[in-house]
Amino acid sequence: MAKLESHIPAGPLAQKWSRHLFESKLVNPANKRKYEVIVVGAGLAGASASATLGELGYRVKTFVYHDSPRRAHSIAAQGGINAAKNYQNDGDSVHRLFYDTIKGGDFRAREANVYRLAEVSAQIIDQCVAQGVPFAREYGGLLDNRSFGGAQVSRTFYARGQTGQQLLLGAYAALCKELAAGSVESFSHTEMLDLVVVDGHAKGVIVRNLLTGEIVRHAADAVVLATGGYGNVFNLSTYARQSNATAIWRAYKRGACFANPCYTQIHPTCIPVSGDYQSKLTLMSESLRNDGRIWVPKDPADRRKDPHAIPESARDYYLERKYPSFGNLAPRDISSRAAKQVCDEGRGVGESGLGVYLDFADAIQRLGVEKVRERYGNLFDIYHEITNEDAYRVPMRIFPAMHYTMGGLWVDYNLMSNLPGLFVLGEANFSDHGANRLGASALMQGLADGYFVLPGTISTYLATVKPDQRPPTTHPAFAEAEEQVRQQIRRLLACRGRRTVQSFHKELGRLLWDHCGMARNEAGLKQALERIPALREEYAQNVNVPGSDQDLNQSLERAGRVADYFELAELLCRDALERRESCGGHFREEFQYPDGEARRDDEHFAHVAAWEYQGPDRPPLRNVEPLVYAEVKMATRSYK
Amino acid sequence: MKVKLKVWRQRNADTPGRFVVYDTPELNPNMSFLEMLDVVNEQLTLQGEEPIAFDHDCREGICGTCSLVINGKPHGPQRGVATCQTYLRSFRDGDEILVEPFRARPFPLVKDLVVGRQAFDRIMTAGGFISVRTGSAPDAHAIPVPKEAAERAMDAAACIGCGACVAVCKNASAMLFVSAKVSQFGLLPQGQPERYRRVAAMVEQMDREGFGACTVTGSCEAVCPKRISLDFIARMNRDYGVALLRGA
Repeated sequence: MAKLESHIPAGPLAQKWSRHLFESKLVNPANKRKYEVIVVGAGLAGASASATLGELGYRVKTFVYHDSPRRAHSIAAQGGINAAKNYQNDGDSVHRLFYDTIKGGDFRAREANVYRLAEVSAQIIDQCVAQGVPFAREYGGLLDNRSFGGAQVSRTFYARGQTGQQLLLGAYAALCKELAAGSVESFSHTEMLDLVVVDGHAKGVIVRNLLTGEIVRHAADAVVLATGGYGNVFNLSTYARQSNATAIWRAYKRGACFANPCYTQIHPTCIPVSGDYQSKLTLMSESLRNDGRIWVPKDPADRRKDPHAIPESARDYYLERKYPSFGNLAPRDISSRAAKQVCDEGRGVGESGLGVYLDFADAIQRLGVEKVRERYGNLFDIYHEITNEDAYRVPMRIFPAMHYTMGGLWVDYNLMSNLPGLFVLGEANFSDHGANRLGASALMQGLADGYFVLPGTISTYLATVKPDQRPPTTHPAFAEAEEQVRQQIRRLLACRGRRTVQSFHKELGRLLWDHCGMARNEAGLKQALERIPALREEYAQNVNVPGSDQDLNQSLERAGRVADYFELAELLCRDALERRESCGGHFREEFQYPDGEARRDDEHFAHVAAWEYQGPDRPPLRNVEPLVYAEVKMATRSYK
Repeated sequence: MKVKLKVWRQRNADTPGRFVVYDTPELNPNMSFLEMLDVVNEQLTLQGEEPIAFDHDCREGICGTCSLVINGKPHGPQRGVATCQTYLRSFRDGDEILVEPFRARPFPLVKDLVVGRQAFDRIMTAGGFISVRTGSAPDAHAIPVPKEAAERAMDAAACIGCGACVAVCKNASAMLFVSAKVSQFGLLPQGQPERYRRVAAMVEQMDREGFGACTVTGSCEAVCPKRISLDFIARMNRDYGVALLRGA
């Protein structure tokens, strides 16, 4: 059984992080350059960590499967980044951001982690501004803010509808600075395919060069995974097509615990699915809910009518009606479920009936078209490109879609997994968002982890290992891991079955969406748990992967990732089945209040479930880390 | 609708390439251009052939991974969008569509429609940053930035680094890409200390990579999916001139 020690420092909540930094072990500057750190991924978390570790003097190797570190999917985040600056003088504070985030996560995150996140949030904005990130400004030259879901203050900083892009390019520029300085070495088109564990410590990776097929071993004193979430297990999602779970999944199979896989986030405002050929879903930023009003017709008979022909009195602004104090800015899990509910009642709009209106008519009347264009112009453009509809004139149609995963590899307060030497940052870990993430908090967490947390905590581990004792890549553990990678590639290529990788991925995604999506129940989850292994078996026998392993082979890349999704999907359903309560993004139909709100069970489930791999033939072990709330009182989450 | 695709297929940089014709199955006009390629690739796989290699990732026009020259135009017929945001409703039933990679000497061909764009990373590494260490930044409000400057810097910063500007240019010039980065920092107070050193270093690296000179035909601006303005090239030329005079 894995030992889950959270290593949360003692002392009052507000002093834990500063005390911990002071009490952490340090590595002296002359010794830092003797340590090698591998960073996998160069999104917000990976790029900021690589750059900062490089600045500190460590020797860093950064691996990305893209052609350039600037392509990671952080780039697609639209709306903004939260920070407790209180520049608006509207009552914000570190404590309020902390409380909103804990409550937003439905009381399923660690207090100490979340408090630290809120604490460093202000520094992130300072850092990004100094890097030249062109945040939106007011005429006086100071920074502008907007509101996001789950908050009653304006604390979100933004750069038009491209905040993620600008923050990532800032982190990428910082990385370029360190590449120029020679402290970081970057490997593009290189995918991590296994973690190497020596004597219980993470000491290296096996990677494949995607252009030449070459398989290479890399040893290091510590390995940092910043490889993002696993939402593409659902096939259709707002993730980039290449985003995948392979790095964290293979680390799981090497002994790292996987925490709360069932905490998945369905985002309420995405463009609805239009056909079977669809390859991905596109998000419409939550920031639109600042000014857009969400509604459906009251009468199902009106659902195919021209929206302009439906009078005010016949419209149901259901979020404003059900949650008057937060209205259209209710958190994501709640808004998504509300949308599902009205569609289930037959009141959904659009051809498929799976859609609700996001209407800007009032905002345009109040602010004028120009102001609306300035705030959201690029989002209206994206909407137009995809749907061929003009949202300045007709309401947008939106529907929930798979968007983010709160679950991930288990880490302690130092962001180190139960495998010593393995650190996990950003969306790839489970740590800060509990069962539901608030809008504009993913960018905050990615950069907090990379710029400030890991650089402060990694020395505690490194100080315990001697730099000259890094195992050579000739160590048998490297050979064994490499052989496993080679075997899998050989198996996939040798299969020559009759179905494409894509067809399997679609079928798995559909199965998960139906049984483990926005609403889950015992019967459905059990059914999924029966069907997934059968489908996985068929995949092993009948998949067709063309081409060779000696050059660029995109089918082969995807085949390996989908093989991992089959295993991950099973763990996801298992976790959802075992968590017999509803909380945040995990909604079990059996556990709800009469008004349809999620019913938590704090007595039995106020804990983190961290799954431990037991080999291919035995079910994984469910370890438990209790969540202790000393500062906040656990309450039923209400946005009414 | 159905279309006929003439697609550039090339095993690698050392093997000669050629156009191969594919007749698509029935398509939906609401499909994206890349989804059509997905469908063709599914078919090829089932026929035991190797699918067409092409670059793509976010499929929402922001990561800059997708490329393709469609009927002679980088990113296809529509202005101001990337290939992944090109939809089949921009074409007609029965159209013959030519699909090629971005062609430029500094972008070596990898396979089929995939080219290497690491030259851009090397230009960025030469100076495309503001040297600020993590943790050393002053409060974000310490230096007010006029809204106009911030907006203009954002116009430049919107560049997605796709390389269409290079692919369309008869000289394979990277001036639009480089000038966007140079201008973003040059317009902001934070970027002033390194302003001239930066432009000199980036232009020098750009030349070293083999990108050509700019003759201001403006084709780059016309195909840029983010509509980056040619004005930034003028701005960069001015900064570069000053840098030379100062001996930066």
